[in-house]
Amino acid sequence: MRDQYLDRMDIERERGITIKSQAVRLPWELDGVTYALNMIDTPGHVDFTYEVSRSLAACEGAVLLVDAAQGIEAQTLANLYLALENDLEIIPVLNKIDLPAAQPEKYAEELANLIGGDPNDCLRVSGKTGAGVAELLDLIIKRVPAPVGDPAAPARAMIFDSVYDSYRGVVTYVRMVDGQLSPREQITMMSTKANHELLEIGVISPEPVVSAGLGVGEVGYLITGVKDVRQSKVGDTVTSKQRPAQTPLKGYSDPKPMVFSGIYPIDGSDYPNLREALDKLRLSDASLVYEPETSAALGFGFRCGFLGLLHLEIITERLEREFNLSLIATSPSVVYNVTREDGSEFVVTNPSEFPEGKIKSVREPMVKATILAPKDYVGTIMELCQSRRGTMIDMQYFGEDRVQLRYNLPLAEIVFDFFDQLKSKTQGYASLDYEDNGYAEGDLVKVDLLLQGEKVDAFSSIVHRDKAYAHGTKIAAKLRELIPRQQFEVPIQAAVGSRIIARETIRAIRKDVLAKCYGGDITRKRKLLEKQKEGKKRMKMVGRVEVPQEAFIAALSSDEGKGEKKK
Amino acid sequence: MGALPAGEPWPLSNQLQSLRNSGSFHAYVHIPFCEVRCGYCDFNTYTSSELGEVKRSDFHNALINEIQFSKRVLGASGIETTPLQAVFFGGGTPSLMAADQISVVLAELQSVYGFDSDIEITLEANPESTTEGLLERLWEAGVNRISFGAQSFDPDVLRVLDRTHRPELLKPLIDSAKSIGFRTSLDLIYGAPGESIDSWKSTVERALSLGTEHISAYSLIVEEGTKLAKQVSRGELADVDEDLNAEKYEWASSEFAAHGLDWYEISNWGNPSIHNMAYWESRNWWGYGPGAHSHINGNRFWNRKHPLAHQKALEQGAPAIGWEAIDVQTHLVESVMLRLRTKQGFPKALLSELGVPAEKVAKYLALGQLKMDRDRIYISESGRLLADGIALDLVSSLAS
Repeated sequence: MRDQYLDRMDIERERGITIKSQAVRLPWELDGVTYALNMIDTPGHVDFTYEVSRSLAACEGAVLLVDAAQGIEAQTLANLYLALENDLEIIPVLNKIDLPAAQPEKYAEELANLIGGDPNDCLRVSGKTGAGVAELLDLIIKRVPAPVGDPAAPARAMIFDSVYDSYRGVVTYVRMVDGQLSPREQITMMSTKANHELLEIGVISPEPVVSAGLGVGEVGYLITGVKDVRQSKVGDTVTSKQRPAQTPLKGYSDPKPMVFSGIYPIDGSDYPNLREALDKLRLSDASLVYEPETSAALGFGFRCGFLGLLHLEIITERLEREFNLSLIATSPSVVYNVTREDGSEFVVTNPSEFPEGKIKSVREPMVKATILAPKDYVGTIMELCQSRRGTMIDMQYFGEDRVQLRYNLPLAEIVFDFFDQLKSKTQGYASLDYEDNGYAEGDLVKVDLLLQGEKVDAFSSIVHRDKAYAHGTKIAAKLRELIPRQQFEVPIQAAVGSRIIARETIRAIRKDVLAKCYGGDITRKRKLLEKQKEGKKRMKMVGRVEVPQEAFIAALSSDEGKGEKKK
Repeated sequence: MGALPAGEPWPLSNQLQSLRNSGSFHAYVHIPFCEVRCGYCDFNTYTSSELGEVKRSDFHNALINEIQFSKRVLGASGIETTPLQAVFFGGGTPSLMAADQISVVLAELQSVYGFDSDIEITLEANPESTTEGLLERLWEAGVNRISFGAQSFDPDVLRVLDRTHRPELLKPLIDSAKSIGFRTSLDLIYGAPGESIDSWKSTVERALSLGTEHISAYSLIVEEGTKLAKQVSRGELADVDEDLNAEKYEWASSEFAAHGLDWYEISNWGNPSIHNMAYWESRNWWGYGPGAHSHINGNRFWNRKHPLAHQKALEQGAPAIGWEAIDVQTHLVESVMLRLRTKQGFPKALLSELGVPAEKVAKYLALGQLKMDRDRIYISESGRLLADGIALDLVSSLAS
């Protein structure tokens, strides 16, 4: 069996993370009885909390895996709370005990403090060597209650995931709550009342295996031949057409996009391909939202909403890799509510939509952030949070040296490079989790960038008034570096409203000619010209100024560059 | 000169297509030998230790073989040539060849192709390997123009360039050359790391004081893979400052003009070299020797680079390793790119044939970087240093 068996996407395997939940069925014998264990592997990262919560809703128990070399992370807490909210039986487990840096005693103590109980009850396991795995499976059977449900009742199955497969259409993952479903049966989606024929039904073990049906408590998949995941909506209840259930199961709320970014093809003629690619990704990722958008600087593209920064990063990477597109993603932005003096209100998901005229108030989304780190880093973390306009909610110790800090922070301050900064300032020890915490008024302004006096919409951003000057200066300086010298002087300005806050100048180029063609090698010179011609295609004309795509990408990304990959 | 351009293989038939008549015929002869390799140089040249079994004293035989080969190819292709208008011995260091060797090569060229009565026969000479005696023998062999590789008169700059000669050598050599009857030219390089504007000015003044009828001034290009490139990337030497180079160029150009050497091509001033212009006007020339490039009626082809590979390939068939046919569109693009470098520029009709939008041309005319008379477009003094960028822009809107 290959490593990372359930992480099927290349991007998951490369980064060592889980993005999509995967269900798996495992037979296990204890005391002469064979049990069927239905398990779901979930993501851990905060962006995918939505994936986790709907998986937890389909379960009776949760195995809380904690890295024995790293201890509890903020996301551990977040997922634990989710599990507790769903009344699940929790089995704490320390994983990766084979690592030289593992400290199982220390972290068992921490875990015990967190969920109560004896540190010795915490299982020690190595997924790599298999140590402790058999004991864990035994314990699951002993501790997690068997599914309750009425086998005789009309069928009710909860859809917890829905994935598009280019060969088989939509594959719907369900957890049977009551009754049973069989192949060739007509099924009904309770929310839409749509009927489909069940072409195939089976379990994942760990590859899909066709079965004669699914009974109470079982987790499996359904294939009906539908082509669009939206017809097989996550959270919906599947029932039998012939003998329908009366009440659907409690569903899930739709995930709400938190971060927005404009995604543009570098080659404008790729626009239809980008649309098609987004449509395809949408089939397996219901949390992805997008609508067409036009930028004066970047042309036609889409404004896309994401669950968080990692989600954004993963979607753009998948678009580029799986659909062979070259893209520009504009600086991530959050949703502002802007009210003008005249009382008119605006919802701003793109800085270029920020209204002109007198502004009465700007409200921005806030998050409650939970940061866990060794106590030595408390000072550093507080400094960072303060510089990001955070206000502390509380601070709490776990065990001897682990501290939890909770902050109220503007989401906009987190989406930029907060996580990278937090990791680098704490040598990677701090972990972060956050949740929606409503809206709050902020003293926010729009900073515009002008090339030769012309506003470039793609470079506009909304920042706190106190940071506008530093931000404008930084972007102007960056553009001066990134835009090649032209045949004329190009002034760069940063402005808030009509007030210029920073200024740089790209001097006119003075010499752009090669001295000679050695030995009559005209071919080489022509090839060079052709290469430069190709390069010009990657330039966007902004007024008379040629701006390379790299300038957009670099100026819009955070200054510290891409930090380590997030977990 | 980096990697050879990728092209098609040389035609197995040893025949060229005649795509258009490119007019007069010229020969370039590459002498790939040097005593030492200069730090900035990425030309196709070899010191004695790098040559393997190739002997410098036999090298003329390979050239004679290739002249015979060119005769067969042109004959089989039905391409008629006019008598040679120019022969250019470039390098490497052609002055390392014995005058007798030059003499037999010239005799072969003359017997195969004939010489125009006004033929220009140039040989590049390095001051340190040239003597009055050699000059006399070269004159007897038929050479009538010497291009001296002076590069700079500042010993510090020469050291950075790894040039081993003393600048004082040049004056007596040029005096002798002139008294023998040679037309003379000087090659200068500006923009070496550490060269100040004053150093360059004094180089220009000393060059002008020698009274050659032609000067080439090339800006130093830090070519990938050279010792100089490594020194620059390690930070031991300063990188090229193109703004300073622009200042040096402009100063030199006006100084040359003030001394009667009129500008005629980006890097050349004075009495135009026929050979030089043949490149920019895409005339016909055959490049003999390792790594040499040729252009015949719309065919471009280039030889194997190492002297041994070149020699072996000649014995077995054809020395060329790559070939390409220049179609009409490519020819027009090349013409803009090359002719924009010259005083004459190109015919207006060229732009309409290419489909260059009138607004583009109008923009440069308005900026004063291009000029126009009844039927030609040419580069202005202020546009000269931007010629490559302008040519790129003119041809960039075209379908590729």
